[in-house]
Amino acid sequence: MTPFPESDLPIAITMLLLFGAILTIAAGLVRRSFAWPVVLLTLLVVLGDAIAMLLAIVRGGPLRHTLGGWAAPIGIEYVVDALGAFVVVVIAAVSVAVTVYARAAVRAENPDQEVAFLGMMLTLLLGLTGMVLTGDLFNLYVFYEISSLAGYALLAIGDRKAPVAAFRYLILGTTGASFYLLGIGFLYVLTGSLNMADVARLLPTLHNNPALPVAIALVVAGVGLKTALFPLHGWQPDAYTYASSTTTAIIAPIMTKVSAFVLLRLLFFVFGVDLVTRLLPTGSILAWLSAAGIVVTSGMAIAQRDVKRMLAYSSVAQVGYVGLGIGLANPWALTGAVLHILNHATMKCCLFLVAGSVALHARRRTVAEYAGLGRMMPWTFASFTLAAVAMVGLPPTNGFFSKWYLLLGTIRSGSWPLVAVVGASSLLTAVYFFRLLESIYTAPATAKPEAPAGDPEAAMLVPTIALGVAVLVLGLCNSWFVTQVLQPALPAAVRLPGS
Amino acid sequence: MEPIVEPSLRPLIAILASLVAVPLIVASGRRPNLRDTWSVLAALVKAGVVLSMLPDVLAGRMPTCRLWDVSPGIALELRVDALGLVFAIVSSVLWVLTSFYAIGYVRGAGEKKQTRFFASFALSLSSAVGIAFAGNLLTFLIFFEMLTVATYPLVLHKETDAARRGARTYLAYTLPAGIALLIAIAITWSIAGSLEFVPGGFLDRTTASPALLSTLFVLFVVGVGVKAGLIPMHAWLPAAMVAPTPVSALLHAVAVVKAGVFGVLRVTGFVFGPKLMHELSLDACLAWLAGATVVLASLLGLSQDNLKRRLAYSTVGHLAYIVLGAALVNVWSWTGAILHLAFHATMKITLFFCAGAIYVRTHKENVSELAGIGRRMPFTMAAFAIGSLGLAGVPGINGFVSKLGLLTGTVQADQLALLALLLLSGVLNAAYFFPIVHTAFFRRGDGETGFAEASPWMVVPLVVTALFSVVLGLAPDLGVHAWDLAVATASQVTGGALP
Repeated sequence: MTPFPESDLPIAITMLLLFGAILTIAAGLVRRSFAWPVVLLTLLVVLGDAIAMLLAIVRGGPLRHTLGGWAAPIGIEYVVDALGAFVVVVIAAVSVAVTVYARAAVRAENPDQEVAFLGMMLTLLLGLTGMVLTGDLFNLYVFYEISSLAGYALLAIGDRKAPVAAFRYLILGTTGASFYLLGIGFLYVLTGSLNMADVARLLPTLHNNPALPVAIALVVAGVGLKTALFPLHGWQPDAYTYASSTTTAIIAPIMTKVSAFVLLRLLFFVFGVDLVTRLLPTGSILAWLSAAGIVVTSGMAIAQRDVKRMLAYSSVAQVGYVGLGIGLANPWALTGAVLHILNHATMKCCLFLVAGSVALHARRRTVAEYAGLGRMMPWTFASFTLAAVAMVGLPPTNGFFSKWYLLLGTIRSGSWPLVAVVGASSLLTAVYFFRLLESIYTAPATAKPEAPAGDPEAAMLVPTIALGVAVLVLGLCNSWFVTQVLQPALPAAVRLPGS
Repeated sequence: MEPIVEPSLRPLIAILASLVAVPLIVASGRRPNLRDTWSVLAALVKAGVVLSMLPDVLAGRMPTCRLWDVSPGIALELRVDALGLVFAIVSSVLWVLTSFYAIGYVRGAGEKKQTRFFASFALSLSSAVGIAFAGNLLTFLIFFEMLTVATYPLVLHKETDAARRGARTYLAYTLPAGIALLIAIAITWSIAGSLEFVPGGFLDRTTASPALLSTLFVLFVVGVGVKAGLIPMHAWLPAAMVAPTPVSALLHAVAVVKAGVFGVLRVTGFVFGPKLMHELSLDACLAWLAGATVVLASLLGLSQDNLKRRLAYSTVGHLAYIVLGAALVNVWSWTGAILHLAFHATMKITLFFCAGAIYVRTHKENVSELAGIGRRMPFTMAAFAIGSLGLAGVPGINGFVSKLGLLTGTVQADQLALLALLLLSGVLNAAYFFPIVHTAFFRRGDGETGFAEASPWMVVPLVVTALFSVVLGLAPDLGVHAWDLAVATASQVTGGALP
C-alpha cells in the first residue's frame, strides 16, 4: 500500500518532526509568517503517518524497526503496538487542533516569540512521540530530555512570572531525569541490556536481587515527576498558570499523559505485572498515593481563584485517576487508566483552549471575572460546558466511561476506600465546575470596555468546538477503542476476560 | 407469559424526536413562533410514536432496539415493556399538553431566556423516555444522569438568588445520588456479570453474601430514592419549586420524580425481585421508609403557605405511595403502584397547572391569598378541586382506583399497620387540600371580582388533564389500557395473578 515498508512508519514520525522543527526555524528566519504553514503541514503529515501506522498494526500486528539496521539488543529498536500507535494518533490530532488555534493566539499574546514557539512545539512533540515509539530504555531517556528541554523553553514563553515557574520546573525536571537515568543505570548493571524486551526477558531471574526495588523506585520517581503524579506535582500549577495559553493547551493534555503512558509501559512491559504487583508493593503504593492526590488536589482546585490554576490542579487530580488505575493493575482499572489518558487529553485541551480564548479575547482570568461570559461567547462556552460535564464524569461523555472502568477496577481490587475516593472525587470536581458554570451562565457580566464581545475568530473557535464534540463521540464509541486497540495491546495477565 | 422480542427502531425514534428538536429550538431562538412550533411538533411526534407501540405491547410483543456496546458486553439497549410504556406514555402525552401550557405561561409571565427553557425541556423529555425504555442498568443510568443535567438549567431558570440556591440544593442531592447509583451498578456488574432487567429479578442469594446484597440495595435505594423524594432525601424538591411552573408541573410532578419511582420499580422488580427482597427483609424496610415518608410529608405539607411548596410535599407523599407498593412486591401492590405512577401524574399536573395559571393571572403564590379566587377563575379552581379530591382518594376519580390497589396490596402482604398509614394519609390529604378549595370558593376576596381566567393556552390543558382524571377514575382501562399494562407487569414480576 505504501511505497516503503510499513515498518518505516514509526521512524518517519521522528524524522518528520525533527526536520520539520529545523525547517520551521529556517522558514521563520526568512519571513515570520512562513513558519506556521510549515508546522501545520508537518503535523498533518505526521497525523496521516500515525493513522496509517495504527491501521497497519490493527491489521498485521506490532511494527518493529531497527535503527540503522543494527540488530537489537545492541542497536536501538522502535517497537510500536496498537496502543502506542493510538497514543501517537492522539498526540498528532490534539497538536493539529492546537496548531490551528495557535496562529492567532500566539500572534496576539507573544508576537516576538512566534517562530521560536512553533519550532519548540515541534521539538516537544518529537520528544513525546519518541518516548512512545522507542523500545530502548536509554533512547527513552534521550527523548525524555528532548521533550523536557523543549518544555522548559515553551513554558518560559508567557507572562512575567513564566520564566521563574519554568526555571523551577527545570530544576525539578532535571532531577527527575537524573533519577530515571540512575534507575536504568541500575538495570543496565543488573541485566547488561537496555533494550526493553530484552530487559523484560532477563528480569525474572533477578527477582530476589535487592537492587531491583531501588531501580524501580528511581524509574517510577523520574517518570512520575514528569507525569506530575502527587506528591511530585509541585512544579506544575505555577508553570501552567503563567505560561501562554497555547503552551498550556499543548503541554497539559499531552506531556503528562505521555509520561503516564510511559510509566504504564515500563511497569507492565519491562518490569512485568508479577513483579510490580505481587513481589513488590509498587502498585499499591502508587494507587494509594494517587488516591490521596486525587482528594488533596481536587480540594486545592476548589480553592483557586485563577481559572488556569484551577484547571492545573484539576489536571493533577485527573492524572491521579490514571495513577490509580495503573497502580491497581487489574484489567478493568488499567482499561480505565489508559482510556482516561485519551479522554483527559481531549477534555483538558478543550478547557485550556477556552481559558486561552477568554484571556486573549475577553481579558478575563479569574473565576469571578468569568461571570456572564456564557452569553457573550456562546459557542466557546457550549464547548466548555461539554468538557466540564465530562470532567465531572456525567454520561454520555467520555469522562463517564473512564470513571466506569476505573470504578469496576477498584471494586475488583476489593478496597472500598478507593471506591469511595473515585466517587467522592467526582463530587469535588462537580463543586468547582458547576460553581463556574453557574456564574458563567447566570451572573451579570462585569463591564470590560477594552474587550470585544463575542466568540473569537474561527481559527480559534473551530478547534475548541471540535474537541467539545470529540468528548461526546469518544464517550459513545469508547467500546471500539477498548476492545479493538486497548485489549490486544495489554499483557495477557491484565486483559479483560473474553478478549 | 414472556413477551416476544421484536426488533424495532420506534423506541429510538421516540427518544430522538425531542433530541433533534433541541438544535432546532436553539437555532430558531430569534423567532419565538417557529421555535415553539418545533416544541409542539416534537411533542406530537414523540407521543404518536410512543402510542404506536401500545398495540404491540398489549399483544405481548416487546419492541427492542439494540444499539452498539458502550462498554464491552453491555449494549446501549432500548426495549419497550409494559412498565416502560406506562411511564413513556405518561411523560410524552402530558408533554404535549405542557408544551401548549408552557407557551402560554412563559409569554404570559414574560419569562426571559425562553429558548434555553424550551431546549432544556426537550432534552429532559428525551432523557425521561430513555429511562422508560432502558433495557439494562447502564443505559438506565446514562439517561438518568442526562435528566439531572438537563433539568439543572430549568431549576436555575429565574437566575435569582433563590433560584441559585434551589439549583445548588438540587445538584447537592442528585449528583451524590448518581454516584451511589453508579457504584451500585458497578458492583452489580462485578458480582452478577449482567445488567439486563429481568422480570422477577436477576440477583439471588448465590450471587453474593447477604451483607453485600443488602449494602447494594441501600446504594440503589439512595441512587434512585433521591429523585423519588423519599424522606430524608426529599429536600431538593421543595427547593426546586423556584422553577417556572411548567417545569414544576411536568418535571417535578411527572418526569423527574417519576423517573425516581420508576427506578425503584426497576430495582425492586427487575433487579432484586420479590423472592430475594423477602429473604433479606428488604421489602419491609423499604415499605416502612415509604410509610414514614407518606405521613411525614403530609404533616409537613399542612404547614406550607406557599401553594407550590404545599404541592411539592404532597408529591413527596404520593411518590412514597408508589415506593410502598413497589417494596411490597405482590400483584395487587404492584398494580396499584404502576397505576398510581400514571394517575398521580394526571392529578398533580392539573394542580400545578392551576397554580401556574393563578400566578400568571394574579401573581399570587400563597394559599392565604386565594380567598375568592374560585369565582374569578371558575374553570381553574374546578379543575383544582377535582385534582384535590382525586389525591385524597375520593371514588369516581382515578386516584381512588390506584389507591384501592395499594390498600389491597398491604392486606395481601399482611401489613395492616401500613394499611392504617395509607388511610391516615388520605385524611391528611383532605386536610391540606380542602382548605384551599374552601378558601377559593367560599371566602370573600378583598379586592377585585369578576371573571379573570388565564389565557386559553393555559386553561384548556388543565381542564383536559382534570377530565383525564375523571374519565380514568370511571373507566381505568379506557384509552391507553393503563389497567391492562399495570396488571401485565405486576403478574410478570410477582408471578401472581389477580383473582
